[in-house]
Amino acid sequence: MMNNRNIVTYFGGVLFGFGLAYSGMTKQEIVLSFLRLDDLGLIFVIGGAAVITFLAINVVPRFMKQPILGGVFKPRINVLTRNTLIGAAIFGVGWGISGQCPGSAVASLGTGNWPVIIGIAFMYLGAYLRGRFIKG
Amino acid sequence: MFPLGIEPYLIGGVIIGLGVSLIYILTGLHATQSSFFTTTLSWFSKLPHFQDKRNLEERDWRLALAIGVVTGAIIYTFTISPLGLWVTKVDLWRLALGGLLIGFGTRLSNGCTSGHGISGLASLSTTSLYAVITFMGFGIITAHLLELVWVV
Repeated sequence: MMNNRNIVTYFGGVLFGFGLAYSGMTKQEIVLSFLRLDDLGLIFVIGGAAVITFLAINVVPRFMKQPILGGVFKPRINVLTRNTLIGAAIFGVGWGISGQCPGSAVASLGTGNWPVIIGIAFMYLGAYLRGRFIKG
Repeated sequence: MFPLGIEPYLIGGVIIGLGVSLIYILTGLHATQSSFFTTTLSWFSKLPHFQDKRNLEERDWRLALAIGVVTGAIIYTFTISPLGLWVTKVDLWRLALGGLLIGFGTRLSNGCTSGHGISGLASLSTTSLYAVITFMGFGIITAHLLELVWVV
């Protein structure tokens, strides 16, 4: 369990969780105010994170052959299928109902936002039903 | 448009991006979030979907990532958070129903706000761009409809 890879993802996760809490994403009310178009700040959370990550994925590999601890640099490209869009639509409805998303829900456990435990339990149920009833 | 200013959002987003980038530069892994639910279920379900080789390979580091996310939020809460502990007032049924759709939908779509929104867009994936437009659109429509019906 305590190999280098897991230690790195742990500390990267610490930054991820700190950033989610700092940006208010652990407050479902703030996410809902974005989706009601009252406060568009969430665009800067995704945008800021995506721009930094863009540099890591597209610029850093020009100066380094491979990741420092081994492995390969490979952008995250998936094939577009019907399920990509159907799933995104279903996720969007759940996002609009509750103001939760997977990362911010996990981070909410660290801000004392205990009701989100219910949300996470149901996320597990949803992920289970997807694996149980949908092929692929 | 920005009643709370843009600074907390932008700074928080950059910190998230640094975390994702740190992991990518050191390991080549994409630190995305929603797969965590599928990979942890591999410890509890014998279904082939969860026992997939990739899930078994990824479940350790994804658990470490999730524990890190909780740790980072705890650090924020007990250091610079102006409010300290904070609890949502969103109804439990909304957290539950929303959670169910989020778990099902993100795993069907192979990504969420982090997988498609951050890592996918940063990879210039058109698949992720379409996914982001779709979940943003449905999220905005749903939030507006609920506001009309319940006046939250």
